[in-house]
Formats: sequence, structure tokens, C-alpha cells
Amino acid sequence: MKSLDDLKKIRDASQSKVTMRGKNVGTRILVGMATCGISAGARPVMNLFVEEIAKRDLNTVTVTPVGCIGECAIEPIVEVLQGEKRTTYCRVDEEVAKRIFNEHIIGGKVVNDNVIGKYRL
Amino acid sequence: MNELSLHILDICQNSIKADANLITIIIEEDINNNFYKIIIGDDGNGMSEKTLSEFSDPFFTTRSTRKVGMGVPLFKMAAKMCNGSFNVDSILEKGTVISAIFEHNHIDRAPLGDIDETLMILILNERDIDVYYEHIFNNKKYIFDTREIRKVLNNIPFTDYSVIMWIKDNIKNGIKNLQKEVT
Repeated sequence: MKSLDDLKKIRDASQSKVTMRGKNVGTRILVGMATCGISAGARPVMNLFVEEIAKRDLNTVTVTPVGCIGECAIEPIVEVLQGEKRTTYCRVDEEVAKRIFNEHIIGGKVVNDNVIGKYRL
Repeated sequence: MNELSLHILDICQNSIKADANLITIIIEEDINNNFYKIIIGDDGNGMSEKTLSEFSDPFFTTRSTRKVGMGVPLFKMAAKMCNGSFNVDSILEKGTVISAIFEHNHIDRAPLGDIDETLMILILNERDIDVYYEHIFNNKKYIFDTREIRKVLNNIPFTDYSVIMWIKDNIKNGIKNLQKEVT
């Protein structure tokens, strides 16, 4: 494996950082990653969230792949959990994901265009 | 699904559901003998013979949220479409191995795509699993093993996003070099 030295540097840098990553601290982003989600394009969406978090070095936001909640027709589905508050977005492409990240996760304002209620089947 | 790495991600989700601790993904490309082989193995719960017989039926699923399970049938179809073969072996309490073989130059064989994203998502999964990835390209080999990375990282979790970015980079470059050296 190449450049393990780089990884060691990252490790040492991380060790000095104080990390707080409990289950209910900060913001959790859940991305539906079952067959329906994957084929609808959930993987690039998740990738975008990870890259944005890494770019801004946010240590209170986590992204996790999850299963299917049964609304396969309106995948990719993304849920944003902040404390007790849960917002469910549907038909999220990279464009919408970018908006969710900037407007909701950074800005604190829900992106109404894609909340699940708008598409209730 | 238009990338083989999307199929791999999908199949591996089954392994995670089956409480696997280690997922092994082996990709073997051989241009001279014209095959593209994908083997995915896990040490999860495995399946009984009865489950195994229903396994690639699209109307079989263990989930409760809907009545169909398309992951495995789609992967099987992709392989069959490329004059390939598809095989599942499973032992209860021991694990499952899925292998799919494609014709390398078949026009319907999808490209591998962003396997680095696939592996990243597997690593970010809520259950702390290990992933072993081996890519063989005409006898050249690239290996990625989270167990080795764990050793270097000490107690820093994989969910540290600078670690994740390093992992993605490593995989991307590893595979790129693999294909460059041969040509």
C-alpha cells in the first residue's frame, strides 16, 4: 500500500484534535443505500456529502449509509437528523444535495422544494 | 445500474445485513483470456439450502418494507447478459461467496466505475466492518485492506474525514497505476 506515511501524518493530526462524535451530537445525514437508492443515484450524493464535510473540516456532521424505507419510487432519500428534528428529503440528486448541504446543514434552513411531503404518493 | 462497482456496493450491503465482520472483494481482469471476474465473500450468517434456492428470485427478500429484492437478480442478469456465469455458495453460520464472470470485451459489460466511492461507503457503514479489496489486472495486483490501515490508525476512527479522503485517494491511484503499468 502506498504512502502509509501520509496516513500516519493524518493520524497524528487527528489525535491532537478534540473529537466529539457521539450518536446524538451534531448533525447526522442518512442516505438510503439499498438497491433502489443505489440505482437512483444515491452513491454520488453520499460522496458529495463526504467531500463537502472533508473540505470544510466539520467534525460535528456525519454521513451514514442506511437501508430502504419502502418509498423506492422517490429515491434517493436523504434524512437529516439534528437533535430531535428529522427532515426527510426525496429525489435528491447532486444539485439538491449541494443545496441541502449549504442551506440546511450550514445555513439551518430546510430546503422545502424536496422535503418528502411535496411528493406524497 | 451502469457500473459494476454499484452492483458490488449493493451486494455488499447484503453481507453487512448478514452481520459480516470481513468482506472480501476480489476483481480479476484478464484481457488475454477475455474474462472479468468479481468474487465477493463474507463471513456473515450464511444461508440455509432453502434460502439459497430462493436467493436469486426477485420476489424473495428478507426485508419488511417491500416485497421485492432486486439486488442479486440484477447482478446475475448483468453477468448473464455478457455471456458470463453467476454462482453463489453459502454455509449457514460460516458465510457466503458470490462470484460473477463476465466476458471482458463484451459490449454490454459495464465499466467498473468509481470503486473508491463504493469502498468508502462500505467503510462508513454504521457497523464497523473490515474490507479487503484485491484487484488483479493481467497479473499485476493492487491490494487494499482496512485491517492494515487500522494498525496504523491506532484509535482514530475511519469516520475521520481526512482518513476517508486518504483512503479514496489511495484506491483511485492504486487502480490507475495498475492499468498504466501494463499498457
